[in-house]
Amino acid sequence: MALPPYATTGQRIWHYAFKVIAIGLFIFLLFPLLTIIPLSFNSGEFLYYPLKGLSLRWYEAFFSSDEWWRAMKNSAIIGFFATILATVLGTIAAVGINRADFPGKQVLLALLISPMMVPLVITALSLYLFYARFGMNDTYIGLILAHAILGMPFVLITVSATLQSFNTNLIRAGASLGASPTKVFFDIIMPNIAPGIASGAMFAFATSLDEVVVVLFVAGPAHRTLPRQMFTGIREQLSPTILAAATVLIVIAGLFMLVLEYLNRRNEKMVGPMETKG
Amino acid sequence: MTDAQAPAIPAAGGEQLKRRLQRAERRKKIEAVSLIMPLLAVMIVFYFIPIALMLYRSIDNTQMRQVMPRTADVIARWDGKDLPGEDVYKAAAQDMKEARQKHTIAKAARRLNFDKPGFSSLISRTARKVSKLDVDKCENCKQTLISIDKRWGEKPWWTVMQRGLKDHTLLYLLSALDLRYDDNNHVVRVPEEQAIYMSIIARTIYISASVTILCLLLGFPIAYYLATATPRVRNLFMIVLLLVFWTSLLVRTLSWILVLQDYGVVNSFLMWAGITSKPIPLVFNRFGVYVAMTHVLLPFMVLPLYSVMRVIPKSYVRAAHSLGATPLKAFWSVYVPQTLPGIGAGALMVFIQALGYYITPALVGGSRDQMISYFVAFFVNERVNWSMASALGLLLLVLTGTMYLIFGRKVNIANMKMG
Repeated sequence: MALPPYATTGQRIWHYAFKVIAIGLFIFLLFPLLTIIPLSFNSGEFLYYPLKGLSLRWYEAFFSSDEWWRAMKNSAIIGFFATILATVLGTIAAVGINRADFPGKQVLLALLISPMMVPLVITALSLYLFYARFGMNDTYIGLILAHAILGMPFVLITVSATLQSFNTNLIRAGASLGASPTKVFFDIIMPNIAPGIASGAMFAFATSLDEVVVVLFVAGPAHRTLPRQMFTGIREQLSPTILAAATVLIVIAGLFMLVLEYLNRRNEKMVGPMETKG
Repeated sequence: MTDAQAPAIPAAGGEQLKRRLQRAERRKKIEAVSLIMPLLAVMIVFYFIPIALMLYRSIDNTQMRQVMPRTADVIARWDGKDLPGEDVYKAAAQDMKEARQKHTIAKAARRLNFDKPGFSSLISRTARKVSKLDVDKCENCKQTLISIDKRWGEKPWWTVMQRGLKDHTLLYLLSALDLRYDDNNHVVRVPEEQAIYMSIIARTIYISASVTILCLLLGFPIAYYLATATPRVRNLFMIVLLLVFWTSLLVRTLSWILVLQDYGVVNSFLMWAGITSKPIPLVFNRFGVYVAMTHVLLPFMVLPLYSVMRVIPKSYVRAAHSLGATPLKAFWSVYVPQTLPGIGAGALMVFIQALGYYITPALVGGSRDQMISYFVAFFVNERVNWSMASALGLLLLVLTGTMYLIFGRKVNIANMKMG
């Protein structure tokens, strides 16, 4: 936002004042992350500045702890399978939703994305009571299903957005040239909406990786995930090891962001600019 | 079908074509529905049915009939005018004896005590005594029970027993609204010093609304700056925003605890600058909740705002300037109204998410800063009272749904795409 040459003094002052405010706000956004990362390299035992010296001892503690390893393993297992389930079911459903209009479509759509809007504690309590009847509390399958349902709306939304800008004549062209519907799906639709599917899958995985309320209700000690282990750490013994875990999660967040940016760019190249953010 | 081809189709074929088109359309609809089916089936079984069962649990009372089946049958016929008849006393004595042997009596005692304090001791005391008697043969069970505890000769306890043995109860929902039954089965308000839930609901709405306003106040300049900055600056700041957005909620909450604690960066700075001589409590109180929740939810305000702002043409504000509007006036009456769809979407997103927040207030708040979700978890984990947890869950769901229906109509859901 360049200042026009005819700007008055007042406008100039406001222009720079606003710049300062905006930069201040971005510092507010980044501030907590900037605070936590250096502290994780502290060689002392305290959780505040000044640093006593630099060391990797808390990373050593993190990577050599059985509890944290188990938490990472659980997060990876649950996240992986929940993402697959959410992506497959969500993509197929998104294709269906974009295929035709039928009565009650809007209501159905609202129901399908409701896991995004319903408070997590309600989902958690409902699943806890439901799983209790079938002995599914404290099982991988229970957690995977729960996280798949929570991640699926993101797949539905991102894939639908990609499909809306997808040229449906390509389907007809494929069909008229004799391709079976399955072949059309895998050879024509899939490659075109792949970036949308990938973004949706990323969202689903991130949702699972960040989710802690359902895990708190449904998982026992053996199925604690990374955020669940952090929750206990913050509540019970706040040790600097948790800062190493937090920094690892910030790095993962950075990777997510880069991959999604890349996917978005690719998507824009393939189907033209569209309203996907992040 | 182009015009050039149209005449080539004979009239009879036209009818046929129409029918074929209809059939094709119907097939497409069936295809659409069958593609959605797998997802819908999983969601029905593992999402909608569990939620429905949870909501039903808030009024379900059948577990009481399992503990005291005989009493449940006979007390249902009691007219509630005088003390119940001998059959009720006998059934109660038999049920209490049997339940004590099966170790289920504590369940009934706890359940009835929830309705009327004191019932727990009455039940366990009586059960202990009747277990030594041969109640199947007792001639005057009424007299026996009253001699064990004279409260069995008072009608209010039997009124509670009667409504406590029905298959459905509104007790938990009433409790969640700070209401209860009096001795005559009328719904009344609980005494002021016992009323807690209405103030928790009010607090939940108040904190959520405050966080929404804070997010709007901070998010508007951020989005405006993103929308008007040069591409290079915008890319840089967008990366900051998205990095924060993608960072785990727990990491951000933990960071704020460290920043705001007594020896944290903020207090150290304030003491170094001489603004305060001893640390100001900034976390584990309401202030900490506002800061952390605003930080966590801010991207949900900025992203929809930004997507609306970046397509607002600059020429409108310039036109207002050239027509003589002051910068403030041009901004307020020309620019801001165009951002309303973004404000609406962002505010709804932040507000609805804030209503259900549990983790952040639980970690950075004090005991007076907890919202409804916290109490749902509290009744599950600490009290093992699933019915009360469900009643509060129902309340939270109704609250969220109502807000969504009131404000959601005015907001385009497409603007709420996040991330």
